[in-house]
Formats: sequence, C-alpha cells, structure tokens
Amino acid sequence: MSDSVAPPRSVAARPALLELFRAFVVVSVSGFGGALPWARRMIVDQRGWMTAEEFNEAFALSQFLPGPNVVNFSVVFGSRFGGAAGAAVALAGLMGPPLIIVTVLAFLYAQFGDIEMLGRILAGITSAAVGLLIAVVAKMAAPLFRKRWDWAPLIAIAAFVGVAIMQWPLPLVFVVLAPISIGLAWIKR
Amino acid sequence: MNDNPLIPLFGYFAMLSLFAVGGANAAIPEMHRIAVDVMHWMSDRQFADSFAIAQISPGPNIIIVTLIGYHVAGLAGAAVATVAMCGPTCVFAFLVARTWDHFKEARWRIAIQAGLVPVSLGLIGASAFVLARSADHNIYAALITAVTAIVAFATRINPLWLFAAGGILGLSGWL
Repeated sequence: MSDSVAPPRSVAARPALLELFRAFVVVSVSGFGGALPWARRMIVDQRGWMTAEEFNEAFALSQFLPGPNVVNFSVVFGSRFGGAAGAAVALAGLMGPPLIIVTVLAFLYAQFGDIEMLGRILAGITSAAVGLLIAVVAKMAAPLFRKRWDWAPLIAIAAFVGVAIMQWPLPLVFVVLAPISIGLAWIKR
Repeated sequence: MNDNPLIPLFGYFAMLSLFAVGGANAAIPEMHRIAVDVMHWMSDRQFADSFAIAQISPGPNIIIVTLIGYHVAGLAGAAVATVAMCGPTCVFAFLVARTWDHFKEARWRIAIQAGLVPVSLGLIGASAFVLARSADHNIYAALITAVTAIVAFATRINPLWLFAAGGILGLSGWL
C-alpha cells in the first residue's frame, strides 16, 4: 500500500462506505445552527478518523471553496476516504435527512404560512437568527481588524457596501474584489 | 407566465453556488435580490420566513434554497434548486480535494486563502444587514436581534435556545 510513503495519518482505519453514510446522517440531524461543530466532534473526538490538525486543514479548504462549507467538507472528507463513491455517500448522508425534513416544512408553510400566529413566531425567530449572524460576523471580524493588516478591513467593508448598500450582484462584487484582495495578500506577505 | 420557472431557478442558483465563498450566509443578499427584487418569486416576508425555517431545521443552512425552490415550483423546484446550489461546487470540491494537499506550502495558495477571508466577511456582514432590514420592522424586533447578537457573541449557548426565545417573544405579539 502507499501508506509506507505517505506522511503519518490518523491511526483509525478507513471507514467503510456505510459507516461514512451513517456518520454524516448523524451529523446532519444533530447539526442545528450549523453542522460543523458536530462534524468535528464525530470525526476527531469520537471516531478518530482525522487528527485535529487534519480536520482543520480539510476544513480550511472547504471554507475557501465556494458554496456551502459543510457540504464541501463532506465531499472533501468522503473523497479522501473513499474516492468518488465516498464523496457521494458522505454528501447523501449529510443532505438526505435535512432535505426530507425541510420539504415537509415547506409543504406545511405553503398550507399554513398565512396563519398569523405562525407568522409572528417565525418573525421572532428571524430576528434572533439575524442576531446570531451578527455575532458570527463579529467573531470573524475581531482578528481581522486587530491585526495590522490594514487592507483587509477595507476589502471587507467594500464587499459589504457593494452588496448591502449598493445592492450590486454578488458575482460582480466577487469578480472585482477577490483578485484585488488575493493580490494584496500576495504582496503584503 | 408560460416560461418554465425551473430554468431560471437552476441557472441562478448554479451560478450563485460558484461565487458563494463563505457559504450559505454569504449568499443570502444575492438570493434575496434574485428571489424578491428581480424574479418576484416571493415577498420580502416570505423570504425572511424561509430563512427562519432554514435556521431552525437541522443540517446545513444552505437548505434555504430548497425552500425557495419549493415555493417557486413545488417538489420539482425544491429538487432543482438544491441540485443547482450544491452540484457545481461539489464537483469543484471533489476535483480540488485531490490536488490541494500537494500545494500546502505554496505561496499562491496561502495568498488565495488569506485574500478570500475579508471578502467572505464582508458578504456575511451584508447578509446580516439585508436580513435585518427584512425582519426588523420595529424597535422590539431590532432589540431581539441586538440582544441575541450580544448573547451569542459573549457565550457559547446553543442557538436553539435563542431561536426559542425569539419565537416566544414573537408569539407574544410584540413584533
């Protein structure tokens, strides 16, 4: 096997496909308010499929990729352990149960969404969820604005203004700002 | 309306999936722009409700596209929107995952990773702004948002409790 040349990986054996599927089902149904902490718990703490370092590395990649982070992570993780089949199985495990649940909720909303009481509850939840999002932004911003890396906050503010205030399309804002930001990161290092 | 809504549904979300660096939360303003302002698929209110339902559902928050798709075109819409939002980026992730490890120390890779952080931060900030404008129509709603933000920032409380508190306050009729 190629294990002899590869750098030392985590100790546990490779999970079988069925196990992989089941693990991601568990992550998806327990992952209220974001599945990441649950993925980490299962993969690093419980199963030992990855070391904490390997997990961070794989997750950094998932964050850098466009699209939903946890979805990317399931593909990155699954492909590492089982190639294309592993990626498909992990993705199916992650997305299957929530899709069924949310489709039922969508149906119920279509039937009962006009009920005033339900509307009031959802309005309260939305207000709370926005607060949660603001907290996420604050946590992400703290290290960025503290570091003496003066251009980064400017890029963040420009992205915010472009999308939130000017209401320009996201692809446009991204195509302009991302190369500038990457270029600055390249020069300033 | 004899055009098939599945086609723009697929086109918009497939394109969006490739620019949504920072995940579902970064893509919210663009979804709002398309679904509410450009295509008139749903009202501001319905969009905010979909966001709330996606938040309280288990699993990835990107599931909001399933709700939008269902609203537009029923089960077929839900399936098309979800596949469009996850498909392209999953293929991309699969391809990149195979080569990424080789470039662990490469300068260009470090620059890309560092350069994208502030962009996605700005995008997620914009999401919070757009959602707050959709959801917080009075001082009480804005207060719920502010208090939740402070509690979530300062503690490690399970978000479900915050959602429950918001829901109960909403039900009490203050909003």
